[in-house]
Amino acid sequence: MNAAIPSFTRTLAARLRPILASEYLILLLSGLVFGILAPITPGLASADNVQNLLGNLAPLLVVAVGQTLVLIVGGIDLSVTSTIALTSVVGAFAMNGESGWLKGSAIAAPVAVAAMLALGALIGLFNGLAITRLRMPAFIVTLTSMMFLSGLAVWLTQSQPIYGLPAGFTRLGSALGIAVLIASAFTGLAHLILTRSLFGHWLRAVGFNARTARVSGVPVEGVITAAYVASGVFAAAASILYTARLETGSPVLGQRILLDVIGATVLGGTSLFGGRGKVLWTLFGVLFLSLLDNSLNLIGVSHFTLMMIKGCVILFAAFLDTARHRWLAA
Amino acid sequence: MTPLLQFQAIEKSFFGVRVLGPVSFELGAGRILGLVGENGAGKSTLMNVLGGNLPPDAGTMRFQGKTYAPATPAGARSAGLGFVHQELNLFPNLTVAENLFLTDFPTRGPFIRRAELHARAAELLTRVGLPLSPATKVEQLSTGERQLVEVARALSFEARLIILDEPTTSLSTRECERLFALVRQLRSEGRSLIYISHALGDVLRLADDVVVLRDGSVVAHGPAADFDQPRLITQMVGRELRQLFPERRARTALDAPAADPPLLQVRELSQPGVIRNVSFDLRRGEVLGLSGLMGAGRTELARILFGLDPHSGGTIAVAGRPLNGSPRRRIQRGMAFLTESRRDDGLCLEASVADNLALVTLPSYTRPPLRWLNVTGLRSALAKIREAVRLQPKLRNEQPVKTLSGGNQQKIVLGKWLLAGPQVLILDEPTRGIDVGAKSEIYQLIHDLADRGAGVLVISSDLEELTGLCDRILVLSQGRLTGDFPRPEFDRERILSAALPS
Repeated sequence: MNAAIPSFTRTLAARLRPILASEYLILLLSGLVFGILAPITPGLASADNVQNLLGNLAPLLVVAVGQTLVLIVGGIDLSVTSTIALTSVVGAFAMNGESGWLKGSAIAAPVAVAAMLALGALIGLFNGLAITRLRMPAFIVTLTSMMFLSGLAVWLTQSQPIYGLPAGFTRLGSALGIAVLIASAFTGLAHLILTRSLFGHWLRAVGFNARTARVSGVPVEGVITAAYVASGVFAAAASILYTARLETGSPVLGQRILLDVIGATVLGGTSLFGGRGKVLWTLFGVLFLSLLDNSLNLIGVSHFTLMMIKGCVILFAAFLDTARHRWLAA
Repeated sequence: MTPLLQFQAIEKSFFGVRVLGPVSFELGAGRILGLVGENGAGKSTLMNVLGGNLPPDAGTMRFQGKTYAPATPAGARSAGLGFVHQELNLFPNLTVAENLFLTDFPTRGPFIRRAELHARAAELLTRVGLPLSPATKVEQLSTGERQLVEVARALSFEARLIILDEPTTSLSTRECERLFALVRQLRSEGRSLIYISHALGDVLRLADDVVVLRDGSVVAHGPAADFDQPRLITQMVGRELRQLFPERRARTALDAPAADPPLLQVRELSQPGVIRNVSFDLRRGEVLGLSGLMGAGRTELARILFGLDPHSGGTIAVAGRPLNGSPRRRIQRGMAFLTESRRDDGLCLEASVADNLALVTLPSYTRPPLRWLNVTGLRSALAKIREAVRLQPKLRNEQPVKTLSGGNQQKIVLGKWLLAGPQVLILDEPTRGIDVGAKSEIYQLIHDLADRGAGVLVISSDLEELTGLCDRILVLSQGRLTGDFPRPEFDRERILSAALPS
């Protein structure tokens, strides 16, 4: 055998190890994608495009952060996209200027926002209780609530979008500063909860080992339910941003983003098996996926090619996650 | 005449600790061998070597006149060895016939020949005396019937040697008799059997030869007629105490006025199929041992006491007040429970040292409104507890506990409970799988706790550990308390006798 080859791969492995092990790997890759594509893609680095990018990123980040909490507790929430659609429709029903229940009222927007968040919490509560009290698998519960809620949103509106939302509301999404501020607030709150609160520590303990958590006095069912409620509220908050940005209550809002939400979260490094995850990682995952989306769009890649590329990237990220664990363990 | 089976200097170690050997003995054709020994004596390891589950580190085996070194259980089976495990290896959701021929269905092309399958299964069931339709689902069978199905499976490949591991633990008297008749019939067909059991009376009644294992070695081997029950027990126990246990100091706290309610009071605690009418007291400053064989209900009793499993009757009280509710409520009342398995429900293996240590006590280090953690308070508490359990300073708080040795992991589980300042500690196998050094440190911690007025209930399969550590030992057998020995009356043979099934 030629000894030079293994020794070369060994030094390469030794050099790559800290990079692969770094939790900033995805941020690094985002920078790399931007650095490579910016010179060859017209408009990628323009102020307009960066604003557009951030506008797309903000609501996606909020849902993905909610999803992160659920993945950490060892669950999954597939119903987030339908929660976005249904809360969008209900909020628009409440406040639109034509047939809204509160049309013209000064409190229309705040009440609608509160109603949307409350509805998100209610959906999460239902998911959480079905999973903990009836002991049903999270996948099935949230898959069926996704189907039901999505159907409900279309049925309520007879598939028609709802226009005429009050200006006080649409500013939440159209004014980039406010949207980014809202997204940052939710993300920061989730980060603090995960790192500095009792609930955050309990979330991770349940995700790592629910039996140990139970023996140690953690109210396991309550913690799991609360994670789904949080996910519902975060999805509703994302719905507020999307709805305000489009100035439309839409029954198909968010329909296409489910894989982006879960993909970005897993891409960041949060484990599908529970316990391991950070809000910061999800931020990187969302950034990477949004950047990829945006730049390939500018290059003029078709929607279908874009989906193929994103599929490959997420698969590669999942592979990388398994591989680096094996590698680091060795 | 060459014997059917020969063990020649078989040895096996786990993590550098020798658990077996060198073991040498042989077994003739058409004979029943009784294999006895305490928990941990090496019976299971030896049988796992024989059954192809574990490779021996040294030594050879000969079976039916040929060298025998099975790499897998399937290899052992094709050599003619049938293994009826203590935890039955049947699929409850499949039928009897499917279970019998799981690995070699009679087929035509890709299809199973159902008629032939059922005909052959019916014939096997007749041979073991089980009047059942082969299409019955295994989940509908009693434990005794499942045992017979396992024997039938061994017959399906004409096993020459059949191992029965604790076959009678959950059988009724009638089912036992049926099994014994079958065992004798198999012997008359020229097959040999290895019969492993703690029911020494059954072993002496059934076996032609007896082998006693202790600490991984054969300490006695001979015709069953040469043994009686007391002699077997002496051989099983027989070793001298080592100086592993700290001197038990005078128990001032224990001498408190008898009018004080006991720290933990258990009365008539029952749960069908698990425990029956268990009553005992645990006093302040007392280290109380709970002995018994596997499956006697020790862990089950502990789980009921801690609120993890339900009970149908009886009461539990701590310091005179009734105890109920979730584990969380019991922790608030001063209880702690170190579980048998660190991996399953003792630790979050992937989580860090600090997270594991803090898990129980976190709620008391929080502030409103969102129960933010008091990080500095928590950090100083962790430092204190690391010192108390003598965790090496080189182990970092951020390190995942799965990277730690068993002894250090156990110190972390103990530390997480000590941090809560418990009054009643239940320790289930507190020294399983850890080295001697960590063991004696843990014994010292248990004594310190008791000296400060806590009550400790220690469950252990190691009788030496209990007699070295405890002030009093309770014995549980088949879900009932069958013995209560204060320290002056500690007698390993009497304790073991009380643990054996009546």
